[in-house]
Amino acid sequence: MKLSDEVCIPEEAYDHPLRERLNLNRFIFCPGCLIGTAITSITNSLREKGLTLKDYAIVSGIGCTGRSSGCFKAPAFHTTHGRAIPFATGLKLANPKLKVVVLSGDGDLFAIGGNHFIHAARRNIELTVLCINNNVYGMTGGQVAPTTHIGDITSTTPYGNMESPFNLVSLAAAAGATYVARWPGYDTLRLQKSITKSIDNDGFGFIEVLAPCFIQYGSKNKLGDAVEMLDWLRKQVKIETNVAPHKATFDFKKGIIICGEFVEEKKEGFSKKIEELRERAHNKKKKK
Amino acid sequence: MMSPKSIKNSSGIKQALVTGNIASAEGAIAVGCRFFAGYPITPSSEIAHHMSRRLPEVNGTFVQMEDELASITCSLGASYAGVKSMTATSGPGLSLMAESIGLGVMLEAPVVIVTIMRGGPSTGQPTNASQSDIYQTRYASHGDYQIIVLTPSTVQEMYDLTIRAFNLAEKYRNPVIVASDGFLGQMMEPLYFHSDFEIVNRKPPQVPPEKYKPFEVFDDDLVPGMAVAGTDYDFYVSGLTHDEMGNPDQSPEAAVKLIKRLSDKIIKARPEINDWEEKYLDDAETILLSYGINSRGVPEVIEKLRNEGKNVGYVRLKNVWPFPDELMEKIGNNGVSKVIVSEMNYGMIIREVQRFRHLFDVSGISIPTVIPFSPKFLYKKIMEEIN
Repeated sequence: MKLSDEVCIPEEAYDHPLRERLNLNRFIFCPGCLIGTAITSITNSLREKGLTLKDYAIVSGIGCTGRSSGCFKAPAFHTTHGRAIPFATGLKLANPKLKVVVLSGDGDLFAIGGNHFIHAARRNIELTVLCINNNVYGMTGGQVAPTTHIGDITSTTPYGNMESPFNLVSLAAAAGATYVARWPGYDTLRLQKSITKSIDNDGFGFIEVLAPCFIQYGSKNKLGDAVEMLDWLRKQVKIETNVAPHKATFDFKKGIIICGEFVEEKKEGFSKKIEELRERAHNKKKKK
Repeated sequence: MMSPKSIKNSSGIKQALVTGNIASAEGAIAVGCRFFAGYPITPSSEIAHHMSRRLPEVNGTFVQMEDELASITCSLGASYAGVKSMTATSGPGLSLMAESIGLGVMLEAPVVIVTIMRGGPSTGQPTNASQSDIYQTRYASHGDYQIIVLTPSTVQEMYDLTIRAFNLAEKYRNPVIVASDGFLGQMMEPLYFHSDFEIVNRKPPQVPPEKYKPFEVFDDDLVPGMAVAGTDYDFYVSGLTHDEMGNPDQSPEAAVKLIKRLSDKIIKARPEINDWEEKYLDDAETILLSYGINSRGVPEVIEKLRNEGKNVGYVRLKNVWPFPDELMEKIGNNGVSKVIVSEMNYGMIIREVQRFRHLFDVSGISIPTVIPFSPKFLYKKIMEEIN
């Protein structure tokens, strides 16, 4: 008996409108986790754009969100910890027609994979990167992450976290991302629209998806169960327009999380530049 | 770095005086490599220099990544987009690539890694030659796996064995390493850009998309057909231990089944993979075994000793992993009484040869130096051993 056979798929899931585009047997997430809504939003976006299997690829790193790539019916890649972006870069550059979506967690993308993130943004490589931010390492047991807020209790900060967290949208904008947005994971319509926009922008797009972890984060910081945490999140979220990325407050203490789109810029993507480079190299060779 | 100025010889084959690094890059392009992701490191950087100039000319892609962790994963990504891809580095960079070499093994992604060995450990001696990373090429990544490592000893072999590395990577869907060194990478020799070689491409999926399982094997070679992104196939490949469908599976049965197949596909193919040069095996009592840059002075020494009436011979390994056990058996069956292993490290391949001590005596010239052994030095050492 394989583990995958033991996963119980509820009867009603067979009527799931996206069933044809998902692998529900690989869905391992805790009930109430917003990784599922992110998967749905991506899938809906790809479907609405009329993209088929040969048009896209999904790449993830390691961790809870790392397991999400397997949920897509797609060329899907579950890579090494922190390396989803360089793997996706290889896919995109080797086949520029592909729409490549990366989804991974805050630890994967911004701790172990932080260097790849800023350089991919700098290159403006045409990827859509979703960070499922739960402010903690979920799968490894609730350790402090580069997104954990000061004073928060985690498995490795039992006396409270002392390190300042990254403001991910500000970081992405500073590094050169040409589309930057932040949405609460429950706001699936805005999230889906945002994913479509990022794909259409044809540059390095970054979308932070707030997805509180009640198992590892909520329990230690007394924030309640999944539903209570969603309510806690909802009360803090303020959707605003025309806010500069560095002013996009994300502060649990003040109870303010500014969501919205922060950067939308047209700029030639890296794979296009490489195509032009090939032309130049050809012409130079001809002249010789 | 200019492209090599070449001429055509009387049989129409292009030839030029180039460095080993350029020969390797040209070999890659000749066999169809169209993607290079790398990070600068002495003494391998000229491969990247050359690829950055040449790949755009042949509709390929060159990208300089932010580090070696990115270089190897980027190459793996390109491989799964259906393009033959490579990276090049030296010991410290190969250390950083270690984890994702294992990913390449697990995803069964064809990729070629050229490593230009320099002195170590740590930063060591960046501009020198070495053979001290021979274990690193074999065991860099964690877990139980097999890998193919080729060891060129001339600039021509940098070209030829890079071509072979791509063919083996494509055939067995496994990372293949070309282990060269700082001298061979940097030194110039005449190179014949011959093009009459076989080109092997990966096995495509053997069933239509609806029946496709990414790790289902139909053939005796244990190699599954490979779907890539940008086609009508959907597939999930993961570094987690998986079943034929790609589903993560944490059962002991899944571990045994997968690791056995991944390893056996290389082990079974040893007769085809293993390659070496041998001389005087028929009558030799003592054999000098060497590989790579350190084997270049060997023929001269052996000829001199034979002229003096000594029954000696030599073998030169063209690949060190998988280790050519059958060569050891052949040496033993030929009645050789002693094998002297000569290598520029403190004893690595000698441990493999020592597994055959029931067939012959084994001794070593194992010096962790950074210049190849001179013929004079080898002569003295062999004389000490046979007298």
